[in-house]
Amino acid sequence: MSSADTAPKLPLPLREGVGGRGPVREETPFRRFVSEFAASHIAVAGLIIFVLIGVAAIFASLIAPQNPYDLAQLDIMDGRLPPGSASSTGYTYLLGTDDQGRDMLSGILYGLRISLGVGVGSALIACVVGTSLGLFAAYIGGRTDAAIMRLVDLQLSFPSILVALMILAVLGKGVMNVVLALVIVEWAYYTRTVRASALVERRREYIEAAECLALPRRRIIFRHLLPNCLPPLIVIATQQVARAIALEATLSFLGLGVPITEPSLGLLIANGYQYMLSGKYWISFYPGIALLVTIVSINLVGDQLRDVLNPRLKR
Amino acid sequence: MTTWLIRRLIQALFVVLAMSVIVFIGVHVIGNPVDILISPEADQAERARIIASLGLDQPLWKQYVLFVDDALRGDLGRSFVFNEPALRLIAQRMPATLELAVTAVLMSMLFGIPLGLYAGLYPDGVVARTIMAGSILGFSLPTFWVGLMLIMVFAVQLGWLPSTGRGATAELFGIQWSFLTLDGLRHLLLPALNLSLFNISLVLRLVRAGVRETLPMDFVKFARAKGLAPARVIFVHVLKNIMIPVVTVVGLELGSTIAFAVVTESVFAWPGMGKLIIDSINVLDRPVIVAYLMMIVLLFVTINLVVDLLYTLLDPRVRLEAKG
Amino acid sequence: MTATLEVRNLRTHFFTRAGVVKAVDDVSFSIAGGQVLGLVGESGSGKSVTGFSVMGLVDPPGHVVEGAILYQGRDITRLSERDMRALRGNRIAMIFQDPMMTLNPVLRIDTQMIEAVQAHAKVSRAQARSRARDALGQVGIPSPDERLAAYPHQFSGGMRQRVAIAIALLHHPDLLIADEPTTALDVTIQAQILSEVQKLAVTYGTALIWITHDLSVIAGLADEIAVMYAGRIVETGSAARVLDTPLHPYTQGLIGSVPSRNRRGEKLRQIPGMTPSLLRLPPGCAFRTRCPHADAACEQEPEPSQPVPGQTTRCFHPLIAVSA
Repeated sequence: MSSADTAPKLPLPLREGVGGRGPVREETPFRRFVSEFAASHIAVAGLIIFVLIGVAAIFASLIAPQNPYDLAQLDIMDGRLPPGSASSTGYTYLLGTDDQGRDMLSGILYGLRISLGVGVGSALIACVVGTSLGLFAAYIGGRTDAAIMRLVDLQLSFPSILVALMILAVLGKGVMNVVLALVIVEWAYYTRTVRASALVERRREYIEAAECLALPRRRIIFRHLLPNCLPPLIVIATQQVARAIALEATLSFLGLGVPITEPSLGLLIANGYQYMLSGKYWISFYPGIALLVTIVSINLVGDQLRDVLNPRLKR
Repeated sequence: MTTWLIRRLIQALFVVLAMSVIVFIGVHVIGNPVDILISPEADQAERARIIASLGLDQPLWKQYVLFVDDALRGDLGRSFVFNEPALRLIAQRMPATLELAVTAVLMSMLFGIPLGLYAGLYPDGVVARTIMAGSILGFSLPTFWVGLMLIMVFAVQLGWLPSTGRGATAELFGIQWSFLTLDGLRHLLLPALNLSLFNISLVLRLVRAGVRETLPMDFVKFARAKGLAPARVIFVHVLKNIMIPVVTVVGLELGSTIAFAVVTESVFAWPGMGKLIIDSINVLDRPVIVAYLMMIVLLFVTINLVVDLLYTLLDPRVRLEAKG
Repeated sequence: MTATLEVRNLRTHFFTRAGVVKAVDDVSFSIAGGQVLGLVGESGSGKSVTGFSVMGLVDPPGHVVEGAILYQGRDITRLSERDMRALRGNRIAMIFQDPMMTLNPVLRIDTQMIEAVQAHAKVSRAQARSRARDALGQVGIPSPDERLAAYPHQFSGGMRQRVAIAIALLHHPDLLIADEPTTALDVTIQAQILSEVQKLAVTYGTALIWITHDLSVIAGLADEIAVMYAGRIVETGSAARVLDTPLHPYTQGLIGSVPSRNRRGEKLRQIPGMTPSLLRLPPGCAFRTRCPHADAACEQEPEPSQPVPGQTTRCFHPLIAVSA
């Protein structure tokens, strides 16, 4: 084999963007990552939309024209008004009102807060739990590894909706129960992903070196192993946030999720369902659009992250 | 092959057992079994009688043995609402769910394979890009919302198709089916489409990726070098190679399709076991819940087993390894 | 008598995002029935693309942009896809480098052979099968009847290449293009395959284009040799002349890098430098950056010349002039 044949196979140019060592001043791995991410305008648009949605959700109480859960502000006479109608107090309901006379726009903003909170929160908890388990499984190996992975296989062989259904059937509805259900549904994805990349990483020399230095096991796992498993983790986490939001909406729509006092987008859609058949589409439609835009924007970001962070996909 | 099958069967049995423990613990330990298993309307004397008859005064392991013993005899309790054996209730609803799920899976192949094939053969065209963008939506959109939109457009606005129920049914093998009557088919179309949307996207992407991966292979070029017609190259040489992962995934998806039928059935008021479980959860009809969970676990394990078998039959290379 | 194949000024370019790759750039040669032409060059010199151009199997972004490929006097670059398909695998056949990749892994051997028979001959399945069986016997596959029902993975590499050869020769083609068919095989099997193909080519009067990077493989086989470098033929002539008295420094370099018994103990001579990227070819002679004889003249485009009768080269400093 000539040297011309081997040259392109060197892993070095691929590793730069991911591992990032060496004295490259002009182009840090992070900058390179940013510029590669920005190469897709759609992904950047997705990110911007998601940030806007996030900001709107966080500051819902400041932006929303009305506090939809302050009964004093509601007028039952304004119930089920189509979008653009004026309220009895002269205010315009841009997206109409629901059966309680609640401004849909305000309802959506508050609902976003709950949907995003539950989705992001559960994804974060699942990430911490799943990642830790995956790292330990990969690092310790042997029976611990086998036991954890058996559990992962078992968990993943059941569809998420079913697992969530089982848990909520036993525990009953409630925000914390939904979060718990979502965490139980999601942790296995993180574990599987992290374990796979940690198994590859742990055979590399820098882990051996750390072991030779007799560093504490916890330090090796979290300071040395974890950072090198981050790229696939970030991709999975993004996808899981979108999945969590969709699943929470589905569960709430089915009446198994959040309680009526803390309505997420899913519950708003469920509330409008009965009026849809009589043509009052907006009560379900606009929360649905909000849900849709949120999920799609996260998925757009996630897709691009996957393309940028996956070294296998690079030429 | 036989040893492999036996090993798989033992594994499956183990999973069912593990799930029965989990469901048992869920119902008997986390929740209060007295509340769960005894109708709230029961009076004091009846409560005591039922507690004794259910063995709730026994130690936990004995209760579990009792639970398994009953389950093996097909006794998973009686529904409070319908006052019927829970298992019989579920068995009655199962054909509707299976009909919906199988139709959805077939539809996913019917739409997914041609769309994926097209997108793989002409990846740079506008049509292919549109198909791929559509598949992202298919993945992202929550099933229930798509279902609502389908109802809004096709049932409310256009009035072409009915929005709820199974419609007229006809009997086959002693079971009522919708797909045997025109009215039933009309009722089946929207829910099945709704349920298949995710799978269409999945199949489409799998097929597209498979086509893109297979086309540059030497054996495809060799097939063309033999002077075969493009149709034969694509539909026999390329597609047969792709069908292995597609059939595996679709088979595996049958399970989650049945699970996700819960959502579609609720939206379209399709009287299957998914709607039954949601209704039961909402009125806390726990024996039905337990029975449903056990049934679905059994169903899942069976599906996984069958898919594994199918996989080995389809791929000669796997078949050989399994033999050796 | 017209040549079986005459290639005139063929240019096949690939229009990639990084630029135009001139994989085949002004290539001409011809071959008569029963003759063997050795097409020699290192990887990336364009010899495989030349073969695919003749087959009409260059895939986008590549096209034949110029030149004529005359099969029995007819320019096949102008044929419709349908007419070209009638030739492919019938009158003009090809075998590929890697036998592990040329047969479809999920189709049985009989399927792959019968379809090849039926693509060009109106015969029944049974007749096609018996022709396939005879063809397998001819290439030295023992108990061909049983082997027909096998899958490719049940064959060794050498056996698979024999199957591919049997398929290529099913219709006794006028031209067979062998694209390094022995490179991936063990040395002992290489020799067997080589003599097998040669024997069959002689039997059917088939013109054989043997593509290789290994001069020693074709030394005893080829009547004519064409040496390719960076998309061009830099030297052609009878095998004996080209091997004994090479005119082009590149040919000399190739010959010098072949290990031989006569020069045992001597160091193998390497051609310095690397094959240039076809995207960034320097103007003038493509070999000049590696050539010991290069000077200012080589910055011009060398045209084919015939310093010796029957031997053509593209070089300003053919070696005959140096030694003379």
